[in-house]
Amino acid sequence: MLERGEVANSWRRERWDSLRLLTPNRQCRLPGHRYEGPDPDGYLTMAEVTEFIERFAKISRAPVRTGVNVTSVRPDGDGYHVTTSHGALACRTVVIASGACNQPVVPPFGAAVPASVRQVTPFGYRDPGGLPDGGVLVVGASATGVQLAAELSRSGRPVTLSVGEHVRLPRTYRGRDVLWWMDAAGVWDQRHDEIDDLTRARRLPSPQLVGTDERTTLDLNALASMGVELVGRWAAVREGDALFSGGLRNVFSLADLKMDRLLGTFDEWARARGLDGEVGAPERFAPTRVPESARWRLDLRSGEIRTIVWATGFRPDYQWLDVPVIDEKGRLRHDGGVVDSPGLYALGLPVLRRRRSTFICGIEDDAREVIDHLARYVAVRR
Amino acid sequence: MSTVTNGVNVQALLDAREVLKGAPEAAKFVWRASSKWQNGVHSTTRVQEFFGLGQEQTHKSEAVFDADHPEVFAAEDNGITPIEYLLVGLAACLTAGVASVAQNRGIQLRSVEATVEGAHDIRGILGADSDVRNGFNDVKVTFTIDADASKEDIEALVAQSQKRSAVFDALTNPTNVSVEVA
Repeated sequence: MLERGEVANSWRRERWDSLRLLTPNRQCRLPGHRYEGPDPDGYLTMAEVTEFIERFAKISRAPVRTGVNVTSVRPDGDGYHVTTSHGALACRTVVIASGACNQPVVPPFGAAVPASVRQVTPFGYRDPGGLPDGGVLVVGASATGVQLAAELSRSGRPVTLSVGEHVRLPRTYRGRDVLWWMDAAGVWDQRHDEIDDLTRARRLPSPQLVGTDERTTLDLNALASMGVELVGRWAAVREGDALFSGGLRNVFSLADLKMDRLLGTFDEWARARGLDGEVGAPERFAPTRVPESARWRLDLRSGEIRTIVWATGFRPDYQWLDVPVIDEKGRLRHDGGVVDSPGLYALGLPVLRRRRSTFICGIEDDAREVIDHLARYVAVRR
Repeated sequence: MSTVTNGVNVQALLDAREVLKGAPEAAKFVWRASSKWQNGVHSTTRVQEFFGLGQEQTHKSEAVFDADHPEVFAAEDNGITPIEYLLVGLAACLTAGVASVAQNRGIQLRSVEATVEGAHDIRGILGADSDVRNGFNDVKVTFTIDADASKEDIEALVAQSQKRSAVFDALTNPTNVSVEVA
């Protein structure tokens, strides 16, 4: 196992200070290692996640070689030639486990933002104190965007949040963590080969969730109540103006309807399982409130906005992969982790084999199946 | 097998989606309209040819649209105002979307009606107040749909129709427009 930095490197270095896991502690389970602390409903801090993974590396005796950066992987005979910062390796098979979030994505019109406005990505953001005083435009309303918008608003800065399509979820539903429902009701067990639109499932933004002691919901209504101004999806920069989509109401409707359908499937599942007595009563939440009139233009030269925080997603980085398995959108071509090149595998990508693939509790089944394939491949080719 | 008959050939659309995934050039269409000034603010615009699937295409017949201003604008009212054509486009596009999505989701439609209202402060185009924009301040669409579906499913149809609408996108997002003299 080659690790460019230390064990749990991205959790140590590529996360903001206040971040906690979105999954509750009871879902922190890896083969032979699980959360056993006093608060199964809480959410691990980044220091705790790091500790959790370090501990797993120890007890599983994973042969990790830290501080080894892979600079190239290329086909070589019936295997691969791997070049690293500490010399070369020859191997029959390679498992890519470098994740889907190596680089923050910034839309091309970021280049047209006036130089007087500071731009940061989640990789460069630590806490509100690192940003100039004054207005902040947070772009993107997935987990990252809503969390940073809330934190920056609490720091006293006027915050505008640009909202495109998003996934709205309550933190708790009928008294249980909403991710308990996703797990228990089998949503996360949906397999990649039984999902209608897999491309879309793999592109789904992270849900509007935050891990806090109070288990509070952080949807757009919560943000609006804090004074965060909601605007549409940022479409373009023209003559120093940010132009936002006028379709805000519809992205609210899409997310509200989708959430209600999901909660409906939870209710059906609970009824079928006879759990109605064990959990709270079914709930429905108020629709996302549409602002009287959302602004669709914002003058970036007026000084109103001092900082832009791009919470517009991440992409994987395969620059080191000298194997022709990347599609025109920069994604790895694979079928359930079996990459389109013999002996090459992947783990830890969105909906790799199941909806739970990118959660800590999602790696075990995926890894077992992918490694089964790998073992058969090696056995046949022996 | 679905017995829903909204008259939309969804299978052809789904097939086209698959084919065009691997053939992005064929997906590039150019829509065209040619207008001619008549008199006053009256013009006639004709639409027949367009380009798509890698070649010139033509509608079965030419469509002719007269645009003018109403009498309250001191004009002859030979046709609707140009900005009203945007409402026509939006209503037609969203309605087509509702029918297509309903077909795809197996929802039988009995009637789909929409009213579209564009709020317009004409002080903008008259140059009476430089703070007022030329275009619509607000556009409101109200659908009345009778279908074999729950209220939530009907709302989802309308939401999905907006999500995939060309005209909704063209109106809600900025578009580069270049106007030249030949």
